[in-house]
Amino acid sequence: MARAPHPQEVHAPVWWWRARFRRPASPGDWVFQTIALLAALSLVGLLVAMTLYLLNAAWPAVTRFGLGFLTSSTWDPVQEVFGALPAVYGTLLTSAIAMLVAIPVSLGVAIFLAELAPPWLRAPASFLVEMLAAIPSVVLGLWGLFVMVPVIRDPVERWLGSSLGFLPLFQGPPFGVGFLAGGLILAIMALPIITAVARDTLAAVPSSQREAMLALGATRWEAISRAVLPYARSGIVAAGILGLGRALGETMAVTMVIGNGYQVTARLFAPGNTMASKIATEFNEASGDLYIGSLVELALVLFAITLMVNVVGRLLVRWTVAKARVGGQ
Amino acid sequence: MTTDMQVYLRRRTTSYLMVGLCGLATLVAVSILLLVVGYTLVKGIAFLNLDFVTQTAQPLGEPGGGIRHEIIGTLVLVALASVLGIPVGLLAGAYLSEFGGGRTGLVVRLVADVLTGVPSVVVGIFVYVLVVQPMGTFSALSGGVALAIIMLPVVARTTEEMMRLVPATYREAALALGIPRWRMIVSVVMPGAMVGIVTGSMLGIARIAGETAPLIFTALGNRFGFAGLGQPIAAMPLQIWRYAVSAYDTWHQQAWAASFLLVMLVLVISITVRWLTSRRYH
Amino acid sequence: MQETRKTTKLPSNMALVAAGLAAIVLALVAACGGAGPTPTGTQVGQQPTPTTTPSGSQSTIRLNGAGATFPFPLYSRWFDEYARVAKTQVNYQSIGSGGGIRQVTEGTVDFGASDGIMTNDQQAKAEQAHGPILHIPMTMGAVAVVYNLQGIGAGQVKLTPDVLADIYLKKITRWSDSRIAQLNPGLNLSNQDIAVVHRSDGSGTTFIFTNYLSKVSQEWKEKVGNATAVNWPGDIGGQGNEGVAGQVRQIPGTIGYVELAYATQNNMAWAALQNASSKFVEPSLQATSKAALGVPLPDDMKVMITNSTNPEAYSIAGFTWLLVYRNQTDCTKGKALVDVLWWAIHDGQQYAPSLQYAPLPDDAVRKAEAQIRSVTCNGQPLLGR
Repeated sequence: MARAPHPQEVHAPVWWWRARFRRPASPGDWVFQTIALLAALSLVGLLVAMTLYLLNAAWPAVTRFGLGFLTSSTWDPVQEVFGALPAVYGTLLTSAIAMLVAIPVSLGVAIFLAELAPPWLRAPASFLVEMLAAIPSVVLGLWGLFVMVPVIRDPVERWLGSSLGFLPLFQGPPFGVGFLAGGLILAIMALPIITAVARDTLAAVPSSQREAMLALGATRWEAISRAVLPYARSGIVAAGILGLGRALGETMAVTMVIGNGYQVTARLFAPGNTMASKIATEFNEASGDLYIGSLVELALVLFAITLMVNVVGRLLVRWTVAKARVGGQ
Repeated sequence: MTTDMQVYLRRRTTSYLMVGLCGLATLVAVSILLLVVGYTLVKGIAFLNLDFVTQTAQPLGEPGGGIRHEIIGTLVLVALASVLGIPVGLLAGAYLSEFGGGRTGLVVRLVADVLTGVPSVVVGIFVYVLVVQPMGTFSALSGGVALAIIMLPVVARTTEEMMRLVPATYREAALALGIPRWRMIVSVVMPGAMVGIVTGSMLGIARIAGETAPLIFTALGNRFGFAGLGQPIAAMPLQIWRYAVSAYDTWHQQAWAASFLLVMLVLVISITVRWLTSRRYH
Repeated sequence: MQETRKTTKLPSNMALVAAGLAAIVLALVAACGGAGPTPTGTQVGQQPTPTTTPSGSQSTIRLNGAGATFPFPLYSRWFDEYARVAKTQVNYQSIGSGGGIRQVTEGTVDFGASDGIMTNDQQAKAEQAHGPILHIPMTMGAVAVVYNLQGIGAGQVKLTPDVLADIYLKKITRWSDSRIAQLNPGLNLSNQDIAVVHRSDGSGTTFIFTNYLSKVSQEWKEKVGNATAVNWPGDIGGQGNEGVAGQVRQIPGTIGYVELAYATQNNMAWAALQNASSKFVEPSLQATSKAALGVPLPDDMKVMITNSTNPEAYSIAGFTWLLVYRNQTDCTKGKALVDVLWWAIHDGQQYAPSLQYAPLPDDAVRKAEAQIRSVTCNGQPLLGR
């Protein structure tokens, strides 16, 4: 895979480009460059330290439960037996609901903003959607708890239960708080990031692609669905992945609406937990090395999953942008 | 002819339908924002007065009270995080922009992007193990460190992007005058990118002002206000959370009112950033 | 790249803006930080000093405590009052009894609070690092079983111990279940699902509640057990007593357990519970006091008073304790702490009844006094009485 070209590879003259590899000319340069390098490396150090510290604190649980930690559903502080499956399941289920809802909506918004909106509307509408990302998680949780959850309980869950109740998904008592509420709140939180990345990729599609289609007599939608979207495909996938990364690690808003149960069930109305919400509600109160270690191990698992998702997403974004830049020139 | 016409009509209808759906999606997204902001205002308005900002919390179950300690706490935490996070972020950004063409730069850039995606609750646990346990107490300092870690990659990446936009001709002109490169960076590139750097810092602040999860394990909360960096400290998001999940009606109202203040703070920062960047591009 | 050239005209403006912003933030922090401690200072001067209040040192002493949410309505009142009569600010965070035990073990607080007794393991681990840990009783409270059923008020639903246990074991899942209906013939209970609410954090309220259920239900004892956090068979979790009360108020058809003060302060409906003498008793201050009558109190005060045999007693009641290091390492803080403790078990008790907590019985006060006297710093007792 080609690495993303540094912009200055494009813009800076060759001699200047070479200058950066020359030995620094003055002691001042050397000092500055070293300090800047240390600052930059501190980011890498942070990531390494995070991994090591978490691993160390989680060690009692890691050695005690091994891989069984991920497959056991028991969370029993009395017997000191801990299994993460319901939390992992809750994280994956709520994120899946979130993606199912957020990706189509975000894509619609991105297409509207990049392709369809009249120019005067683009900037303010983009701005408003981006503002959604600025709303603190805890505020969205508050709103979710008092405004969204009652609506989900009745009519949404009651209606789903009575009309689609033959599906295991929609069985069980409608509490309002549960996986469904958690997933929907996550959808709201993932929406702005998916929209922003998708919109940028769509905007990077060379206009020659659209124009060619339109010149052949295609409708607006045909130009979008057959020329623009395929061209931007990998960028859209990346947008979804980055949105997923956000949804997986989101804590407060989910904690407030998911009901804090602990079970693996297909019933979407059931109260559940995510890895993040389990940690947030129990970490300060947990006692005993094994209990604390298990919560830290949960954090470690969450850390590993989000890390992988984000690395893949970011590399894909870079690759897409690089491709678009080459294609656009 | 008729079939052609039908096909055309179908194509046109599909097109209108899909375009309409895209518009609808945008409407939905924007409505959610307006709903959230509107609700916090309507619900919190009864409590939004001077007392709310200047008074302190009442004992449990008694009416009245305000969130002075929490406002101060959030300001202190944000200031602390900025002092710790912005300089390092700035330097890291400078490195990425000015010396980051090689392999190190690539790695650091990816790490920064990945750090942005680390769940804040994980950062909270990390700082608990790193700072709270060795210090033997929850503290404002540990809260500031946690927020700084969250803010650091945001500042670094924005600074980098902004410094890169400074044209090469400026650097050449400066270097041609015979000044060392670090002087060129500090006196030409950085001032040229000042708007961007301010923007990056403000984006970082907007990101951390409403953070809650990492503060649970670090700042803890404090009923008596700011008592030094080594002591637990109150924060608005923490209080909103505790108030929101409780059963008390006055607490709910206070949570809404506090949320409104917090949302306004974050929106004002975001709008300022927007204004600064738009001046830059037009 | 053309657009960017304009930027170089801006630096001076932007530097100004940045400097301005920084100045505003700094000024705000400085102003607020400066304003912080003043009110407490002035109030100290205005309030007459009660006799039991120690003279203390001149500067404000800050004590950090964390733990039980069960007594938090009372503690928040106490420490507010105490900050007015003495120069000691007690910052108490109600994070749950499990948290109190944990933070005392790790030494991240000056004292902990719990309404569950530390297990031998927990105590051994904490004492290894910090020396003996005292359970000093502060007050007594009742755990009310609250529900959210439209049109049904406090005391109207009657429950027996085994029905309560089976609801929490998820064996009874609907309000219209025949076993509930038999106990409540006059009530119109709908066919609603019972949503069982429990504590999601480590909790002394849970300790008292599960202690009671373990005494009345063999199945509960074997399947779930008694601790500050257990493996819950069912449904919804709430953070702290506040959180459980919040969930119950929010969700129709719920049942939960909270300290009585939270129920009364939020006008919640509670069940009348059949006690060990087969009488249906509603939670109240008097019924809580009765629960301790006739129970022999050990010197270390580590005693549970659930399922009391007193015919007037409410069955789910308990003491709540502060967890205090007997060997204090900071003598100034230690002195301030024993003074707070002394004030709490004497003057502090007057605030309890209005918040539905039962004041300590005389016997318990005497045992608590003896415990407080045993607190030392560098081998010297801190209380000169």
